[in-house]
Amino acid sequence: MTTATPRAKVRPADRIFSGSTLFAGVLILLALAAVALFLIVQSIPALVADPAELEGSPTSFWAYVAPLAFGTVWAAALALLIAFPLSIGIALFISHYAPRRIAQGLGYIIDLLAAVPSVVFGLWGIKVLAPFMTPFYDWLVGNFGWFPLFAPPVSGTGRTVLTVAIVLAVMIIPIITALSREIFLQTPRLHEEAALALGATRFEMIQMAVLPFGRAGIVSAAMLGLGRALGETMVVAMVLSPAVVINFVLTSSTNPSTIAGNIALKFPDAFGVGVNALVATGLILFIITLVINSIARFIVNRRKAFSGAN
Amino acid sequence: MTTTTAPATTGITNTLTASRLPKWATWAILGGCLAVAAGVFAIVRLSTGGEYSIVGVVFFGTVLFNIMLFVLSYLVEGGRQARNRLVTSLVVTAFLIALVPLLSLVWTVLGNGIARFDPAFFSQSMRNVVGEGGGALHAITGTLLITGMATIISVPVGLLTAVYLVEYGQGVLARAITFFVDVMTGIPSIVAGLFAFAFFSLITGDPGIRFGFGGAIALSLLMTPVVVRSSEEMLKIVPNELREAAYALGVPKWLTILKVVIPTSIAGITTGVTLAIARVIGETAPLLLIAGFTSSMNYDLFNNRIMTLPVFVYTQYATPGTDVQTYLDRAWAAALTLVLIVMALNLVARLIARFFSPKLGR
Repeated sequence: MTTATPRAKVRPADRIFSGSTLFAGVLILLALAAVALFLIVQSIPALVADPAELEGSPTSFWAYVAPLAFGTVWAAALALLIAFPLSIGIALFISHYAPRRIAQGLGYIIDLLAAVPSVVFGLWGIKVLAPFMTPFYDWLVGNFGWFPLFAPPVSGTGRTVLTVAIVLAVMIIPIITALSREIFLQTPRLHEEAALALGATRFEMIQMAVLPFGRAGIVSAAMLGLGRALGETMVVAMVLSPAVVINFVLTSSTNPSTIAGNIALKFPDAFGVGVNALVATGLILFIITLVINSIARFIVNRRKAFSGAN
Repeated sequence: MTTTTAPATTGITNTLTASRLPKWATWAILGGCLAVAAGVFAIVRLSTGGEYSIVGVVFFGTVLFNIMLFVLSYLVEGGRQARNRLVTSLVVTAFLIALVPLLSLVWTVLGNGIARFDPAFFSQSMRNVVGEGGGALHAITGTLLITGMATIISVPVGLLTAVYLVEYGQGVLARAITFFVDVMTGIPSIVAGLFAFAFFSLITGDPGIRFGFGGAIALSLLMTPVVVRSSEEMLKIVPNELREAAYALGVPKWLTILKVVIPTSIAGITTGVTLAIARVIGETAPLLLIAGFTSSMNYDLFNNRIMTLPVFVYTQYATPGTDVQTYLDRAWAAALTLVLIVMALNLVARLIARFFSPKLGR
């Protein structure tokens, strides 16, 4: 005969409490599903409408989306290209180079960049950075105009995709830095000390112990930064001088707009099927960022020791 | 000990016995390179008459410094030390580069915002104001109302979810919630605004709906995952001994959580909530879509357009009247207000974390 294991008495209050926590958790999943559902429902009218009713009378809905999708990816990729090496450098500086006592304070300073509202970055980008970059663009186009990325004519206002990419880079640096820093700090101490004991310089120690350990985390940090750059709205809406084009020129005044920036600029005055078209572009942005974030989170979660959002 | 190796003729054979650059060498090379860059720029300016660019001096001085440091170190100390020095200086440079936009931003926001940072700015709305005067009172109240409502929605949902994940959750559902909460932290803010618009315009049948509560919903969609993540971290570090002590005394699980676990971690949770508020209070894009903009006071979250501080910055910049400068001054003053609010929230969060967290060490 087996003796029954004593079980804790389950009180009604216990059920109510655990039930409400479960409800809250499920509510979050439902909210995410609702985002997808309502965006799809509101997009359908634009997908089935006559393309001629859309803004600019494109040949099809996809012809309407293509320049925007291109601009979104192009600006975000440029931003990541600028931000990634800087962020890794900053993360290494804070985790392995700065004096231990002030390292945490320096981390807070970088985190302050993340706290600045995007609309303030936009104002700074258009009023400070764009005028500052204009002479540089003049010089660049004057001397390197033969290079396709800097093809003339030059923008007279500095409101180019490169300026936008620089501001976006400044905005995603704290995100990439925070996650990479956390990962670098989790390198096993013994690996580092073993490398140093074998006579490695500090850089060789980082090369041999820190970077291999953190590679997966660095990749996902970069992808999270990319996701943020893809969805950033106000900087693009305020700084970029947009056009409906697909080109790679960094310094001209006709730049491909981004999905998010286009929505912010057009939405307040949109009506009818135009609203649905904007929601449809938002749905595409949602899907792109969802996929990128999921991949990044999947990579992070395989290494359970660290998680990014704190 | 006598040296057994032959004097090196080509480069450095043994880095262990190689000589080292003196400690002051780095600073001396840096100063020298900056001086050379400054001199070159001065000569160029004299010959061509262009603008004297301090940025150019610093830029080329730094590049020259890195090259010189590498070459000198390579000659004296060998390739490995040279690479080490190069990487060290690049890493420090990366940090300093990141400080430039932060300092520039703080400087310009302070310098431009102070012009209209006056009592009128905080006591008047923009109703019937064209040109000078006016203020952002309507935007400040709108921001407080919408952010407050978003907080009221997100904190219970976020905290309960965190309790579920830490205390109850097991299996597929808990893993799914953790994963999707992480994914939700990356949702673009404008998508949250579009969702709120799509949801409420479908429910009410109003194709051009604008009201404050929708903005609060959009913000809470962005805020809840942040609250969940930070609360979860805080609940996890509550020592298990505390829970077991409560169970041993016959306290039910729900009371243990309410009276032991949450009070122990309340400082950390408050810090997380404050940081989450600081994150969403500056959101512009969703409020631009669903809360809209107006120049009048509106205390009613459920009817009509309602102005918020970030949208105020944007509209003052984007739709200036005939006198552009007064509109820009108001935009900068609102930006300064916003930055001050966010910085204050961050400071409060750090202070709460420092002073009110339980002392776990014995």
